[in-house]
Amino acid sequence: MVDAKELNLTDLSDELLQPLSDEERNTEEISRESVSYWKNCWRRFKKDKLAMLGLVVLIVMTLFAIFAPMLSPYTYDQTDFTALLQWPSATHWFGTDKMGRDIFVRTMYGARISLSIGFAAAAINMVIGVLYGGIAGYLGGRADMIMMRIVDILTGVPSLLYIILIMMFLGSNVQSILIAMCMTYWITTARMVRSQIFTLRNQDFALAAKVIGETKWQILMRHLIPNSMGSIIVTVTFLIPSAIFQEAFLSFLGIGIQVPMASWGTLANDAIEYLFTYPYQMLFPAAAISITIFALNFIGDGLRDALDPRLKK
Amino acid sequence: MLKYIFKRIIAGVLSLFVLITITFFLMHAIPGGPFSPAEQRNVPAKVLDQINEKYGLNDPLIVQYKTYLTNLLHGDLGISFKKQDTSVNELIANGFPVSAKVGVLAIILALSIGIPLGILAAVKRGTGIDGFAMVLATIGISVPSFVICVLLMYLFCEKWKILPSYGLNSWKSYLLPVFCMAFSPIAYITRLMRSSMLEVMGQDYIRTERSKGVPEFTVIGKYALKNSILPVVTYVGPLVASLITGTFIIEKLFSIPGLGRYFVSAIADRDYSVTLGLTVFLGVVIIICNLVVDIMYVVIDPRVKIDE
Repeated sequence: MVDAKELNLTDLSDELLQPLSDEERNTEEISRESVSYWKNCWRRFKKDKLAMLGLVVLIVMTLFAIFAPMLSPYTYDQTDFTALLQWPSATHWFGTDKMGRDIFVRTMYGARISLSIGFAAAAINMVIGVLYGGIAGYLGGRADMIMMRIVDILTGVPSLLYIILIMMFLGSNVQSILIAMCMTYWITTARMVRSQIFTLRNQDFALAAKVIGETKWQILMRHLIPNSMGSIIVTVTFLIPSAIFQEAFLSFLGIGIQVPMASWGTLANDAIEYLFTYPYQMLFPAAAISITIFALNFIGDGLRDALDPRLKK
Repeated sequence: MLKYIFKRIIAGVLSLFVLITITFFLMHAIPGGPFSPAEQRNVPAKVLDQINEKYGLNDPLIVQYKTYLTNLLHGDLGISFKKQDTSVNELIANGFPVSAKVGVLAIILALSIGIPLGILAAVKRGTGIDGFAMVLATIGISVPSFVICVLLMYLFCEKWKILPSYGLNSWKSYLLPVFCMAFSPIAYITRLMRSSMLEVMGQDYIRTERSKGVPEFTVIGKYALKNSILPVVTYVGPLVASLITGTFIIEKLFSIPGLGRYFVSAIADRDYSVTLGLTVFLGVVIIICNLVVDIMYVVIDPRVKIDE
């Protein structure tokens, strides 16, 4: 080494003026390309094997729902009186019902209705519920008092009353199903979010956000709601199956889809009378619902872990 | 806090009034009536008119509404239009204790299975216990409760004949309805508990407790539980309201003389006084349950300030 104090600029020899080697020059560089929050979440999500399995199952289920009815030799409403109540076989994979309709096609066709209603109802109700509960919880005081009393009233009104009225004015279609479900469905989510916001809003990070001058809306959306994601995801994974069954109940009352169309809920409803004689009729729609819920649970779990960087296994 | 409770009671009375108004007019907006000609085919029109007159159904809606409110203020919910010689007050006084007994037992069962199972699943995440809890929870929400009901009834009452299938005469007859009622709440509570427990277990203060050498049981039971039980409390509040006032399907299947079956039949029969009476009653129960839940928040988590 050359002593710096005695160094004379003219004395510098060429060997001291060599460029740094690449290795030496890059020591300060950030090794990995910086990624956005969502990319990072996706990276964490991909690592979760169960969650990926759930995602794949859900995608396969959706593809089946779209394409299986097109490829099958039967249609959902095609009756065959020479093949009534047949057990599962090579010709009818899931057997046939009392009208000789192929249950495989009906289950796959039902997936279209049940999955779309389940997801649509869950999405609409999650948005309403999270916003309503979030605002009531964060504002507190008088706003909370009024908003939650409205919720109390809505819970109290017998659902049959407005269901009958919706049926009278709008008839039976997907629109009336969604309206009927949006009346009170979001309330559980709203209550859940409100209770979470109550505990979160006085914590240090929320106060810190307030101190640096973030608006109420920003604090709510950026800090409080992401921190209550765990309960929100659980509530939503429950909203979907209960929407699927609610749809069956509505069809039973006359709103919703009508025979010969089928959804998982109505298939399960129809199978009750054959529960002990032809249990396969219950098995397939119930299994389809269970598999979907399993997949959703895994996705929900993975999603929560991915969104919350504090959680470590 | 007392001031807050007082405010809530006032607000509760107001919301009850709004609830009655909405239900009253919705109910009358539905075509048909308890004594409409379409339903009572063999009764001459003149007689029907007399009956309607007697029950005040010929009056303008506003007058009927006023009469109902006046009677309600005297604690009188009216008489049933369909069940002869039965007042709505009697109906509730007879049915509610029965429904409440089954409902309370179901809630106790759901909590005493759901909470420990959820905690275990969270603590032993990724193990067999967690898997078992997840499978149970998934079955609980993806199989309709009436299927479970019918299945259990078939096994225990038909095939093995070890449990009675109707009535509530001995402790044995409570087993099936209580279990069927608790089935899906168990699933929900387990999932909620597991999820919020996982969240809390990852926090710094839990690590601090552990590093101080506090036994794992105390860490979970004393420190983690308190911060993770809130979602369960939130869920259980409205659940209590709906279970103690009776469940339609369960009461019908097991022939339990509770309140639940009237919720559907009264509306189907256009039994106006019973429909309104039940709505008022359920409304009161809901309002009380939600008030209790909100007070519980403050008790469990002192950081919550509900009355500011």
